[in-house]
Formats: sequence, structure tokens, C-alpha cells
Amino acid sequence: METAGSVRAPVPKPHWLNAELTYKCPLHCVFCYNPIDYAKFGPELSTDDWIRVLQQGRELGLVQLGLSGGEPLMRDDLEIIVAEAGRLGYYTNLITSGIGLTEKRIAAFKEGGLNHIQLSFQDSTREMNDWLSSTKTFELKKRAAELIQKYDYPMVFNCVMHRHNLDHTKEILEMAETLGAEYVELANTQFYAWAMKNRDQLMPTRDQLQRAEAVTNAFRERVGDKMKIYFVHPDYYETRPKACMNGWGSIFLNVAADGVALPCHEARMLPGIEFPNVRDHDLKWIWNESPAFGTYRGDTWMQEPCRSCPEKEKDFGGCRCQAFMLTGDATNADPVCDLSPHHHLITEQVEKAQRPQLPANTKPIVFRDDRNSRALAAGEQPPVTTA
Amino acid sequence: MATPKRVPFDHDTPIAIAKYYRFQWEPAQECHVLLFPEGMVQLPGSGGEIFKRIDGARSLNAIVAELEQAYPEAGSLRADVVDFLEVAHGNGWIRTSAGA
Repeated sequence: METAGSVRAPVPKPHWLNAELTYKCPLHCVFCYNPIDYAKFGPELSTDDWIRVLQQGRELGLVQLGLSGGEPLMRDDLEIIVAEAGRLGYYTNLITSGIGLTEKRIAAFKEGGLNHIQLSFQDSTREMNDWLSSTKTFELKKRAAELIQKYDYPMVFNCVMHRHNLDHTKEILEMAETLGAEYVELANTQFYAWAMKNRDQLMPTRDQLQRAEAVTNAFRERVGDKMKIYFVHPDYYETRPKACMNGWGSIFLNVAADGVALPCHEARMLPGIEFPNVRDHDLKWIWNESPAFGTYRGDTWMQEPCRSCPEKEKDFGGCRCQAFMLTGDATNADPVCDLSPHHHLITEQVEKAQRPQLPANTKPIVFRDDRNSRALAAGEQPPVTTA
Repeated sequence: MATPKRVPFDHDTPIAIAKYYRFQWEPAQECHVLLFPEGMVQLPGSGGEIFKRIDGARSLNAIVAELEQAYPEAGSLRADVVDFLEVAHGNGWIRTSAGA
């Protein structure tokens, strides 16, 4: 809140633009971070809209560009967007499942200046099964990996880990090795959006995590420098929150498929904030002037224990969305922090997850697809689907 | 972020910016940056001046000599350049022509 005579803290300079080009996706991942009600959102931005956003972004100082989705390859103008990003001097990262990647397309991306492709094992359980039985999806992934290698991109793999695949860590790493991975990120599920909907199903046990990490360490020792492997812990098992987005409105600007500009992938869930649309405002105004991006900048919004905490400069009180989801108030400390009076909301979930078998009354898993999203947007229970 | 580890290398061997890394001037940030898959580091001041001279032909010794000529008032710069480049090497930002 600004009052006459007050001095406004300088607005930080952003450098990261994430373009969620589309919510369309051929996969139905149960841990997807897209909003569960994405099906109700307005039409996707046009090619011209994206080109304008990219240009405004460079003027604002954005330099790292993520092209994600949904599945960005579902946009048939991706070549045009990549080429414009290259022309403007972005370092461009394509985050993809590889489904829809052809030699013609990757050649155009290379020509247009794409710098990096991260191949995700988004549907890793199915891919695992396919791999073990050498069926079709794995062949697609292998083909994508071969193209990535042929066009001299680093081989970077990402696999989202959870209760149903942590016990396959060794096989997942071996699969990545077979595909020629140089970097592998085993990222444990963060509980937002579809993953939050499926939290009971996806939350790993402590034993699973310990075993998976031991397997990862042994694998690291065997492969040495050939592969760099990152194992990202689930924050529910931590006692301090993550420095989410390096602070609200600090370095990261997300533009969703329908043009809504957000300080993180998930912020649209927060009530009482009107997030601006790139159709109505330019990025400079959105970043520097919009009330939405100023909401949780700095620390004046903080409550105790964050407000007087010596670590507030380090973790910024954690994640606003997680605080809101779990406590109903986004200005509370992220309950991951064991100084939070709400920390029990985390530990209760963790303790519940230690049961080796999920109880029979556990809510069935909800796959991310249009039908379920429409149901969730209408406030209905999603039909149980098997993707 | 892990603590940066220093990895020494031969001072007469030409050094290059590592594969997949890109170094550029960012007017909006008013500093040089090093870009790499899903990451960026800002290289303000002397870091940028050192990086500007990494071209696959110059060695550490050549870079020190050039900087000392460009900034005679700064005195000996060797220790600072060695510190910076050994950390850069440890971070994987640069490679020697031998490839490591």
C-alpha cells in the first residue's frame, strides 16, 4: 500500500520468462502443475501476441526463455516463436515430452536459435512399463533422444518422482543412460494443482525416498562424470521452505496460454488478486506497475513468524500458494517451515503417507485431461478415468 | 547451490567458454551475463571484463597481461584472475583446449 510521501522500494529486474504456450497435451500426467480448471480458460494467444510478448520481454530485460505448456509442440507456430526468440537474443529452453518432435521440426528449431531441450518423462510410469516391455511410447522417446543428440543439444532429462515410481529409480536411471542422458533431474512431486488433487496417492514414504537416494548415489558412483544426476527432495520432508521463485515478482514472469501474466505457475489460484493479461497491458506495466505483481514483493505483507525471522531474506517465507492452499491465507508462513504454527498440516500428511499400503478409501487418482478439468471447473467431482 | 569448487588448470593453455554456455551484454541489467540451460549468472565488473577475453585462443596468462595493460593503475591482477577463473572452471563455465 502506498501512502503520500512513502518511498517505494525499487522493483527488481526480472530475467526469466516462462511461456506456457498451450494447455493442450497428449499426456494425462497425474502430477501436472497446470491449473486443474484449465479447460474453462479463454482462447490461446495468437502467434502475433506471443511475438509482441517476446519483444516486450527483451525490453524489460528478460533473457532466459522457457517454452512450455501443456505440450509446446502442440503449437504449429512453435518454429516462428523460436525464431523470433533467437532473433531477439533470448537463451531459449524447450520443455517437452518429445511427443510430436520430428526431424523437420528440430532442424527448424536449430536454425531458429533454440538453445536447449529438456526431455521430460512426464508419464514415467507408462514409459517405464513400455520400456520394460519395449513398446511404443518408449520408442517415441528414444527417437526424440536420438534427434536431440543428432542436432547437438545437451541431453537433459527430467523425471517427476512419486510414490508409484520411486521404487523404480534404478530402472529410470538406466533408461536415461540407455538414451544417452548427460543430465538427469529426478524431481520429486511438488504438491500443487493436479498433484495436490492426487496428494494421498503420490506422497512417498520416508523409506522410499531413502532407498531412491541410495540407489541414485550408487548409480552416480558407477557412471562417474558421464552423467550428472540431481535428486530433488519433496519439500514436505523438509523443515525450511523453498525460496519459491526467489521471491514473488523478483526474477520470474510466467505468461499462461490465455495471456494471463503470473509471478509463478500456480499463482492464479490465489483469491483477491486480479492478474493482468498481456492482451490488455504490456509487460513493463505488468512487472513494474501492476498491483498483482506488487502484492507479495518485499516483506511488508509478512506475518509472524516470518516478519521477524532472520531467514526471511533467504527463503522469503516460502511459497505463497502453498501457504494459501494449506492454511487459507497466503500471507502465512509456508507450513513446510517448522517455525510455522501450521507445520502440523505438513507432518500429518507425511505421517499418513508412511503406511506401506494406501487404505481402500483413498480417493482414486485423477488424470489430467479435458473432461476432468471441465468437471473440476464446474465444481463437480471428476469422473474417474483411466488414461 | 553447492559451494563453488576451484579447479586449477594450466595457465598457458587457451581457454574457451564451455559448450552450451553463452556470454552476452544485457543492457536492461547493465551487466554481462552467462547463460546456460535453465540458468544464468550475472558477471558484473571485472568478471565481465575477464569473460570478454575468453575466446578459445587466449590463455589465462594472456588475459592477465591484457588486463594489466588495460588497467595499469590496478597493479597486479593475477591473483584475482586466477581466483575467478579457477572457480569458473570448477563451475563448468569454461574449458581448456584440452577439453576438461
